[in-house]
Amino acid sequence: MKYLDEYRDPELAARLFDEIRRITTRPWAIMEVCGGQTHSIIRNGIDQLLPAEIELIHGPGCPVCVTPLEVIDKALAIAARPEVTFCSFGDMLRVPGSSQDLFRVKSLGGDVRVVYSPLDAVKLAQQRPDREVVFFGIGFETTAPANAMAIVQAERLGLTNFSMLVSHVLVPPAISAIMEAPRNRVQAFLAAGHVCSVMGTWQYGPLVERYQVPIVVTGFEPLDVLEGIRRAVTQLEAGRAELENAYARAVRPAGNQPAQAVLDQVFELTDRGWRGIGSIPQSGWRLRERYRRFDAEARFDVGHIHTAESPLCHSGEVLQGLIKPNQCPAFGTQCTPRNPLGATMVSSEGACAAYFQYGRFIPSERVEVAG
Amino acid sequence: MCLGIPGKVLAIVEDGGVRMGKVDFDGIVKDVCLAYLPDIQVGDYTIVHVGFAITQLDEASARESLALFHELGILEEELGASEDTEAGP
Ligand code: SF4
Repeated sequence: MKYLDEYRDPELAARLFDEIRRITTRPWAIMEVCGGQTHSIIRNGIDQLLPAEIELIHGPGCPVCVTPLEVIDKALAIAARPEVTFCSFGDMLRVPGSSQDLFRVKSLGGDVRVVYSPLDAVKLAQQRPDREVVFFGIGFETTAPANAMAIVQAERLGLTNFSMLVSHVLVPPAISAIMEAPRNRVQAFLAAGHVCSVMGTWQYGPLVERYQVPIVVTGFEPLDVLEGIRRAVTQLEAGRAELENAYARAVRPAGNQPAQAVLDQVFELTDRGWRGIGSIPQSGWRLRERYRRFDAEARFDVGHIHTAESPLCHSGEVLQGLIKPNQCPAFGTQCTPRNPLGATMVSSEGACAAYFQYGRFIPSERVEVAG
Repeated sequence: MCLGIPGKVLAIVEDGGVRMGKVDFDGIVKDVCLAYLPDIQVGDYTIVHVGFAITQLDEASARESLALFHELGILEEELGASEDTEAGP
């Protein structure tokens, strides 16, 4: 087998593939929610080694990819201001806005910095009272506790020169939106393991009930993904729809309660636009009223933002699982990681970038499975 | 960014009212906020996202993941970003 040698435990991987092959009798479409899982699947050729009946649909779980263009454009406008030191996670720098990216703002003299943790930005604000330090607070429920704590800490320190451009997105409303889409083909979900480390699994039971869809909480190492797929297929074949936790070593049903408490203290639900997908009701977090003074959008009037997505980019369809990245005409030609037209080509968690990085240039290529 | 990396807690300190710690990711040591794991002790393993410990992990699983991440070069990729380094997924 082409890729099996690269697994941490090739024998276990082979056994899991065998077992999945043995139990699969019909076609099934399973969505992995998390971009880390997508990366793992493509890197290890999991989609190509699975029985042909099983299709993996790559979900919208790449925060860099779904951050709305309007928010990126606001970030660019704020970062370009002379009094601002703009801090961001590294993945955001090359995300194309309507006309440029943060990298370009930086090369034109903007004070744009990559930080490892949002607390680094708070520290910077403390050290540089002469600068307006803005942190780009994006991500799913995994990064939100860090961003929430940065706000709490900024308040504790009495900082007046720290603010955050918040664009958080949440997994459960995205699952609802996918299930309710008229063209939905997803029959089971691999839920994002680390999101559940924070939030627990309790949010997913009602989704399983409402949509009668199996949801398996899954890690993102190749063996974790395989085990998640095995459990999802087992349920599908048996006609069951249940919530299962295949990542119990890192996920407790209640999640991280101290983190949930701070999230609730700092954030409240809001409608949120998802790049390439559109608005999903109550699918994001924004700062609560009592923390609004840390809201960069309120602090900096960025005027009227005109957004313009590249007309060549099909990332919306990619993010909804309607096409695979290599079915986009621009894939690998006009659009590459060096010159990305859409956000899904930027982040290593984006489906287009994963397909490019691992040479998936031909649609629906499958390798012969020997042995 | 969204990937969580397992590491071992080497030290716990109080910094500006926040529970912080030093966490060892297979040789790379980083300052990590431990506020969300009030019970974690020195020697325990945890999964860290963007500088925050979010869940505890047993040693065996942590070591296995670390070995894999090391092999794949993910550790450097995730932890390499420091102030003013160039971006790169
Ligand atoms: S390959 Fe590029 S242009 Fe095509 S959908 Fe992906 S990001 Fe957009």
